[in-house]
Amino acid sequence: MSLDYTTPEFLIERNRDRCIDCKVCVNQCANEAHEYDEEENKVVSDDVKCVNCHRCVALCPTRALTIRRYPLEYRQNAGWTAHDINSIYKQAASGGILLTGMGTDRNYPIFWDHLLLNASQVTNPSIDPLREPMELKTFLGRKPNTLKIENGRLTEKMPPQLELELPIMFGAMSFGSVSLNVQKSLARAAAESGTYFNTGEGGLHSDLYRYGGNAIVQVASGRFGVYSEYLNAGSAVEIKIGQGAKPGIGGHLPGEKVGREVSLTRMIPEGSDAISPAPHHDIYSIEDLGQLIFSLKEATNYEKPVSVKIAAVHNVAAIASGIVRAGADIVTIDGLRGGTGAAPLRTRDNVGIPIELALAAVDTRLREEGIRHRVSLVIAGSVRNSADIVKAVALGADAVYIASAALISLGCHMCQKCYTGKCNWGIATQNPNLVKRLNPDIGAQRVANLLRAWTLEIKELLGGMGINALESLRGNRLMLRGVGLSEKELQILGVKAAGE
Amino acid sequence: MDKVFPRIPSGCAISGIMNKKGQCIPGTDIIKSIALMHDRSNGLGGGFSAYGIYPEFKDHYALHVFYDCLNDRVTAEDFINEHFNVDTSELIHTRKVKSVTNPPLIWRYFVQPKKNRLSNSELTEDEYVVRCVMKINSSYKGAYIFSSGKNMGAFKGVGFPEDIGEFYRLEEYKGYIWTAHGRFPTNTPGWWGGAHPFTLLDWSIVHNGEISSYHANARFLEMFGYKCTLQTDTEAITYIFDYLMRKQGLPLELAIAVVAAPLWKEIDRMDADSRELFRALRTVYSSLLINGPFSIILGTANGMVALNDRLKLRSLVAATKGDFLYVASEESAIREICPDPENIWIPRGGEPVIGMLEGVNSIL
Repeated sequence: MSLDYTTPEFLIERNRDRCIDCKVCVNQCANEAHEYDEEENKVVSDDVKCVNCHRCVALCPTRALTIRRYPLEYRQNAGWTAHDINSIYKQAASGGILLTGMGTDRNYPIFWDHLLLNASQVTNPSIDPLREPMELKTFLGRKPNTLKIENGRLTEKMPPQLELELPIMFGAMSFGSVSLNVQKSLARAAAESGTYFNTGEGGLHSDLYRYGGNAIVQVASGRFGVYSEYLNAGSAVEIKIGQGAKPGIGGHLPGEKVGREVSLTRMIPEGSDAISPAPHHDIYSIEDLGQLIFSLKEATNYEKPVSVKIAAVHNVAAIASGIVRAGADIVTIDGLRGGTGAAPLRTRDNVGIPIELALAAVDTRLREEGIRHRVSLVIAGSVRNSADIVKAVALGADAVYIASAALISLGCHMCQKCYTGKCNWGIATQNPNLVKRLNPDIGAQRVANLLRAWTLEIKELLGGMGINALESLRGNRLMLRGVGLSEKELQILGVKAAGE
Repeated sequence: MDKVFPRIPSGCAISGIMNKKGQCIPGTDIIKSIALMHDRSNGLGGGFSAYGIYPEFKDHYALHVFYDCLNDRVTAEDFINEHFNVDTSELIHTRKVKSVTNPPLIWRYFVQPKKNRLSNSELTEDEYVVRCVMKINSSYKGAYIFSSGKNMGAFKGVGFPEDIGEFYRLEEYKGYIWTAHGRFPTNTPGWWGGAHPFTLLDWSIVHNGEISSYHANARFLEMFGYKCTLQTDTEAITYIFDYLMRKQGLPLELAIAVVAAPLWKEIDRMDADSRELFRALRTVYSSLLINGPFSIILGTANGMVALNDRLKLRSLVAATKGDFLYVASEESAIREICPDPENIWIPRGGEPVIGMLEGVNSIL
């Protein structure tokens, strides 16, 4: 065996004064970073195997463990960073594509952090959400140009709408990429909070059909788990064209994750790889998309709104316009920093554009073409907190998807190793011993708590701006000011600079 | 004349008088009423709208225009003459008032669309006029049409409203509806077009408040050809009513249910038909909800409507006596001209006060 050049990324420090060799850490670590040495009768650690997921740290009964960044540093070089060098070592050893999980960790600008919100002073009273009504209800779906009304009655029914009590939904995460307990937690939290979860492209497990009223069912290029009952079980159907973390490429669920339950749900043989092609092979252009949209509408008797999800790429505004004209009811855009269960590192870190710019460009374009009011616009990809959501709505979004944030509320520590299937928090794994670490009763409560907390914060921010209904913020870009942005960025975002 | 300037948050006074039998009264009363609320404005804007003032030209559109200079008038008149048959073209008579300085050239035209142009455009007469007005206001430097209705007119400028009324010699006009506005902007508009009322065709609006939904409203309207060049709340409100009632054909009460929408929990308590209708209205026209404090008086040829925001964040009082309906920011402004009204009340937030001429069944 040749010499392995890889060095540890993290250093496991065990305080021997505290450690009682109870083996909790040994049992908790699916990466086998901790081991019990029988001869020495003590627990030891192997730094190389540590992914810094904090599971052992959180569960150690005597708080004996600390994880640090490994102090080994290459000679300083502004061009060749440790990341570059280590990547080459890995690829020289394996000859393969580098894989990763979650959203990009590169230092791309986060425009949310360069946008500031307005508040009322003197000329306009701010509104106290504790004393005054504050409405966040949002409807997603196609809106007619005109309402037909006779004698105080609607003579033509509204097209189907998703009714959200708050402008936050759970983004697509398939059963397979995440555990069933994750989906159960999200489904229950969505039902409790009056919003929706997205099945991702892995079908809908039979246990979750009862949450169909809060489900958006996805149809992706692999068509896994898609059949008429599935389409009709959900409240809306989403065609997934692309994903922010990996625009332009498909997906690959390795066979070892395809156990019995995943196999039944995806409708593929147990143990077989589930490969989603890069494109939909029945969609090579926009007119084909129109056909798929209407096939799905036919299949669901025009009773469900159809969403089309794309990754934010350079030409996103024109593509979104085409999607609206092709008949989609909801356009979903997933940005550069969006998460994933597994993606090639170079794709994740280099393809696509930030969601803030994509959102602004799409909203502006649809308005220029006079079609923005017909559809709903949903964004995804690194929405980190309630302020991000308020800014997204002011830029023009109807609602947002959160996925990483929802997983973090379930215990995810952002170690970016989802693709290994060894998630110690029971999230991105199908290993039954790991899955059961996530209790869906507790999980649902935690996610619902997060939504409640963010809802309260959104109401505070709205009230401060003198707004008591979310729709009055939608596209209301005068409520935003930019700091530290170039003239061009301000122009694309359609916001004024702070002080203007 | 720089027509594009930043939004000016402003506090204000408003007042309105209407006679439901259509009996015309001179502008004296409305000036008295708005003058009482002198302290609610700061001398940077005042104006009036009056209905029934041009009976001899009641089938003509009356264009009131501000010009910066003679050259601007000549250029704009090319356009007006090209698109309209101009019956009368005249300087609006004004009187010199000490506190009113630097007025622009103020011109009035009684016009009708050129028949061949109108039929070639395949537009309704009203839409044709609206597009011509928008064209002048957005593309002609130094020219601004601030009134374009039939048998009605707006009179406005930079100054206290009572001085503006004196400047325009409003005691010489007689109308069955009068509305007035005194402005308290928080910076200097410096331009006469920025004062209230804001009008489009027969619509006129005087408005007190600063709407926090402004950009959401304006960006929606821009999709339908409205150019929010003034960047004022009042302009946006005028266009909202024009869009909802003239273009979308909603009756007044449903248009009001859009701009001052009932709360969702109120909608949930409605009977099934109404619930479906109001849910649809709030869903489809959600971008036209007017948020933040406002009290407005909307004038049309058929009547007058006063409305508050749904939380009632601005004062508004209404009163009646005989055939007269009065609305104003303050009760005192009503009692100043009608000392003992038969009814006087404070309308609830989102609850309109509607005055219609006898014999008409719609405000449009």
